[in-house]
Amino acid sequence: MSTAIAPPHDVPAEPRVNYLNASYGIKSWLLTVDHKRIGILYLISITFMFMIGGFAASLMRIHLLEPQGALVQPETYNRLFSIHGIVMVFFFLVPSIPATLGNFLIPIMIGARDVAFPKLNLMSWYIFITGSCFVLYAILSGGVDTGWTFYAPYSSTFAHTSVIAAALGIFIAGFSSILTGLNFVVTIHKMRAPGMTWFRLPLFIWSMYATSIIFILGTPVIAITLFLLGLERILHVGIFDPAIGGDPLLFQHLFWFYSHPAVYIMILPGMGVVSELIAAFSRKRIFGYAFVAFSSMAIAVISFLVWGHHMFVTGQSVYAGLIFSVLSFLVAIPSAVKVFNWTATLYKGSISYQAPMLYALGFIGLFTMGGLTGLFLASLAEDVHLNGTYFIVAHFHYVMVGGAVMAYLGGIHYWWPKITGRMYPDVWARIAATIVFVGFNLTFFPQFVLGYLGMPRRYAVYPAEFQVLNVMSSAGASILAIGYAIPLIYLIWSLKYGPIAGPNPWGAKGLEWTIPSPPPTENFEVMPIVTEEAYNYHE
Amino acid sequence: MNDMAAHGAVHDAHPPGFAHQFEDVQQQRDAGRLGMWVFLATEILFFGGMFTSYTIYRSLHLSAFITGSHLLVVKFGAINTAVLICSSLTMALAIRSAQTGKSKNTIIFWLILTMILGATFVGLKLRFEWYRDYIEQIVPGINFVPHASWGADAGQVEMFMCFYFFMTGLHALHMVIGLGILSVLVWMTAKGRFSPEYNAPLEISGLYWHFVDIVWIFLFPLLYLIGGRYPGS
Amino acid sequence: MSEQHSEHAEHVVPMSTYVGVFLALLVGTALTTWVAYIDLGAFNTVVALVIAFIKMTLVILFFMHVKYNKGLTRIVIVAAFFWLGIMMTFMLADELSRNWTPTVSSWDTLLPFLF
Repeated sequence: MSTAIAPPHDVPAEPRVNYLNASYGIKSWLLTVDHKRIGILYLISITFMFMIGGFAASLMRIHLLEPQGALVQPETYNRLFSIHGIVMVFFFLVPSIPATLGNFLIPIMIGARDVAFPKLNLMSWYIFITGSCFVLYAILSGGVDTGWTFYAPYSSTFAHTSVIAAALGIFIAGFSSILTGLNFVVTIHKMRAPGMTWFRLPLFIWSMYATSIIFILGTPVIAITLFLLGLERILHVGIFDPAIGGDPLLFQHLFWFYSHPAVYIMILPGMGVVSELIAAFSRKRIFGYAFVAFSSMAIAVISFLVWGHHMFVTGQSVYAGLIFSVLSFLVAIPSAVKVFNWTATLYKGSISYQAPMLYALGFIGLFTMGGLTGLFLASLAEDVHLNGTYFIVAHFHYVMVGGAVMAYLGGIHYWWPKITGRMYPDVWARIAATIVFVGFNLTFFPQFVLGYLGMPRRYAVYPAEFQVLNVMSSAGASILAIGYAIPLIYLIWSLKYGPIAGPNPWGAKGLEWTIPSPPPTENFEVMPIVTEEAYNYHE
Repeated sequence: MNDMAAHGAVHDAHPPGFAHQFEDVQQQRDAGRLGMWVFLATEILFFGGMFTSYTIYRSLHLSAFITGSHLLVVKFGAINTAVLICSSLTMALAIRSAQTGKSKNTIIFWLILTMILGATFVGLKLRFEWYRDYIEQIVPGINFVPHASWGADAGQVEMFMCFYFFMTGLHALHMVIGLGILSVLVWMTAKGRFSPEYNAPLEISGLYWHFVDIVWIFLFPLLYLIGGRYPGS
Repeated sequence: MSEQHSEHAEHVVPMSTYVGVFLALLVGTALTTWVAYIDLGAFNTVVALVIAFIKMTLVILFFMHVKYNKGLTRIVIVAAFFWLGIMMTFMLADELSRNWTPTVSSWDTLLPFLF
């Protein structure tokens, strides 16, 4: 079926000293300043949060099997979709690739010993855990029912749920993001190895740099927004209060100023991973390297200019809406450039279909669909019809789940041998990737149809004629869940029983593949001097 | 391995405070400075959200904002501005003392003077402004009572006072954090950590302190001087 | 490596510069306060903000040493303010144009003749 990549013959039989066994004990992990260990701490934390968000989604999909609701009361349903959104967005997707793969790989890919501020890096993780605890408390004390969007004045004045705890959790986790982004920007600017010029960097680094810019410039705004929301709930008066002239749209502007760029925080790292995967599994340089690099930066900048497309039907000025609509079309262009370049890379490449590649190819297809449907929504007039329906839900799940999560899984699989020193069973991985792909499409494609037909989102009940599509969607969700569960099993299995991977099991280019698997604590015994371009596969 | 010995020799040449993920002190200093500036960029956006909201409501409700602004006492705002400007000078002089190799005590003198000025700022604010506002019952969420003369503007005057307390409150919080940072710096200086070769923590803390000063430089005219204070305004 | 001197990192600002900037800041504050008591109408705000911007620039250039730093610091500062500008501009654009409902225009009166 595919060109198998043979493992190297000089695999050491004796265990070496590496970052995993250099020191033992829980204290050595909880007080580590090694970026690789911190990456693993994040990996465990966000996997846990993913399960919580996924559990909420499972309950929702079970509930929606029947038009009048099969499982919970409407008030509970409101809490389920709110918690699902909050946990998945802020505590899984936003940190996923940056905090796990980014933390692990960035110093290695640029030829550094660690990030610029290792202690700050550890503090970021503790801040993330603190934020997660507040959100878990919010869930356990009854949840929130405001939606992950916390619109005022419902959230500020009328909601009787744990809004402050949830908002505080997100506020705190935001600082984790900010510090991570700060660390990455300084690291990439100041700690590249000799010869590692900007245009020799792997495209994953370019994506992480662009993502970090959004972390730095966007996250503070959601922080102040939630801070003001919290103040208003405590004081019973504030700047969103309609009684004293407060404008509800002010909240929405401030909220979406961050939350739209946030979706690019969620997708840009995935695009960076996909660039790495396509190059490695086509054994070819990424076509149009500079265009892809600049597209990442363009996405980061333009993403800040389009947030009003979430507010087309809220009473926002039509003139502002027109501007936001045009700019929203503009932001699709750099993403399209990337898709074209990946596709061109595949042409005449020596392609193999290991699991990471299956995830990358799935990403290209599903992200394209999700992105194109975004254009439907960017059209002001069409959005009037589609806003608040399942079309939106399907759109963002195509880019977030079909895109970002698949890229995340592809990256985890690709770099798993580097992180753990073990290889996972690729047969099972390919089976799981296929199940994820099938399950995903079965879950979310019917939702495009439902949205077009007019089924509103965030409703606990729906008209009976929509039941077939809802059942299909729920069936897909159970298949998707199986697809996610299988990697959990074989990846953990591989830690003990997987074959030992050598330094470069994929035969790929990149500084991370020149060091042992798992790497030693200081990454490089001798500081590398870079002389070649990225993806220097000889044709 | 071989380079452990070489590394050990280089290690002795590094000053105290050198962090080993860096190649040399210059790289560490550059990284620290860039890191603090990036953090200040986040603070610009953080305060910026409130400044933006303020700008919007001020343009929509100017007369109410003027009324609200006139509830504040310009004298205290101006004095506090001067206090903070003095504290920026003393902070800059503390760093300069370290750069020019002055004694520990000189550096500590300037740092403590900065702290005294910062504490004066917070003290004046609490005693003569916020406490006075509490007595006059114009603290939103606590005891706000509209004056009859405000008429229909009353709600938006309360909105202005929300901005006043939120913005100066957030600013004061940053000042207090700054005082905490300064006390840590005093302790570090007393331990003899700083020299002309290594004074990065002083320098980057100075950046934070000056930033907090700059925020106040804008808060003063934007909160205290809306619509002017001339007769008839 | 550690003996290398980097001028921009070690540049010691002369005492006279610091004192000069300090005095300029105090004068600016006094000026802002004094002008507030003079009736300039809408210009009161303009003058106050212009003085505030000048004060900020002095603090950034001299107290924060940006005059003596490399370009990257300046890019970070400019970027932060530019992004703040994006937020203010677009949000104000919405808030201030919300009431611009188009009045009956030539298109509306033309329609009955077209169809």
